[in-house]
Amino acid sequence: MTVPLALLGLLERESSHGYDLKRDYDTYFGRGKPLPAGQVYSTLGRLARDGKVEVGEAEPGSGPDRKRYVITELGVTQVETWLTEPVAGEPHLQTVLFTKVVLALLLERDPRAYLDIQRAAHMERMRELTELRRTGSTIDSLLADHGVYHLEADLRWIDQTVARLAALTAEVRS
Amino acid sequence: MSSDEGFLVEARNAVLSFGQTPALQGANLSARAGEILAVTGPSGSGKSTLLHCLAGILVPDSGEIWFDGRRVDTQREPERSALRRDHFGFVFQFGQLVPELTAEENVALPLLLAKSRRASALAEARPWFGRLGLDGLEGRRSGELSGGQAQRVALARALVSRPKVLFADEPTGSLDSLTGEHVMDLLVASVREEGTTVVLVTHEPRVAAYANREVIVRDGKVTPLFVERLTS
Repeated sequence: MTVPLALLGLLERESSHGYDLKRDYDTYFGRGKPLPAGQVYSTLGRLARDGKVEVGEAEPGSGPDRKRYVITELGVTQVETWLTEPVAGEPHLQTVLFTKVVLALLLERDPRAYLDIQRAAHMERMRELTELRRTGSTIDSLLADHGVYHLEADLRWIDQTVARLAALTAEVRS
Repeated sequence: MSSDEGFLVEARNAVLSFGQTPALQGANLSARAGEILAVTGPSGSGKSTLLHCLAGILVPDSGEIWFDGRRVDTQREPERSALRRDHFGFVFQFGQLVPELTAEENVALPLLLAKSRRASALAEARPWFGRLGLDGLEGRRSGELSGGQAQRVALARALVSRPKVLFADEPTGSLDSLTGEHVMDLLVASVREEGTTVVLVTHEPRVAAYANREVIVRDGKVTPLFVERLTS
């Protein structure tokens, strides 16, 4: 789900070849799960079809594909929108949260904007679940608790990230 | 200039240092009548200091504190003391019950300090035991109560004089999560019934979620959230 947008974000930073994009993706986001080369090229193909990237002429050099990919205005708009959209609260959200923060730093945007928006969205959902837990049946209450604890984990992660943003910025931009 | 209409308590650009250590560095915060406002932030960020300034316990070095159209920070201690006694209730992390008194006498204490007669103060205190699930514990001293029971007695004591504002500083901080939730459920039900404004300091997101609104204190300032800037 995040792969096309992460690739677009990397292309917003600078135009690139497919091979270099895969290398950058694996460096920043693919820890323990590198992106298959085939997925990189098929994703770039779809992004080109949808007008989010433009494909340059093939360039001489080593490797199978030396086409340079350049993000379009439409692609930039999509990255911009995605980076400011809160994600609906759900388990295993951490990868998306993490990707957004690191990408924002790479693009020299302030990730606090996103973290604040996400925090507010999570708190709003937590308020709804708390009210349900307070006024509902035991079954409602236990179901709400499940959601509340997952949201709480994300919120703690958000707070921790805000507190360590200077160190993360230095590490990502080094 | 009076406090903005609709705000019951307000801090304007409050600055306070303890020696060389800055605690508040221009904090702005306001709560409307009947609102439950959560004040969150990391340890040492200044959120408890801000609560103490709003409650007239501490006076900021500069800036203004307002309550119900009245300037608080310029009042002398006896006036602020009367303000706290007549209009504010307090719940802290540890109940701070008077150990020599029974639970019932602890709840009646604010009324006794406000010169109520003992019999009428105890009569006003008693219904709170039923409301907060404390029936049968009226005669116990704090050492004979569990943490959750003691905190509910402290809550009853904070609300018995029907304050306009309840200041709660980590009210569930010493309790396990289930007991803490029970105390918060009772707190919210009670203040909604009474229409009490609540300023709730907590570092727990689950406690903050009981509030209508949340503000975050970082480095002695109330952080303007990006989301508020985007929607304002």
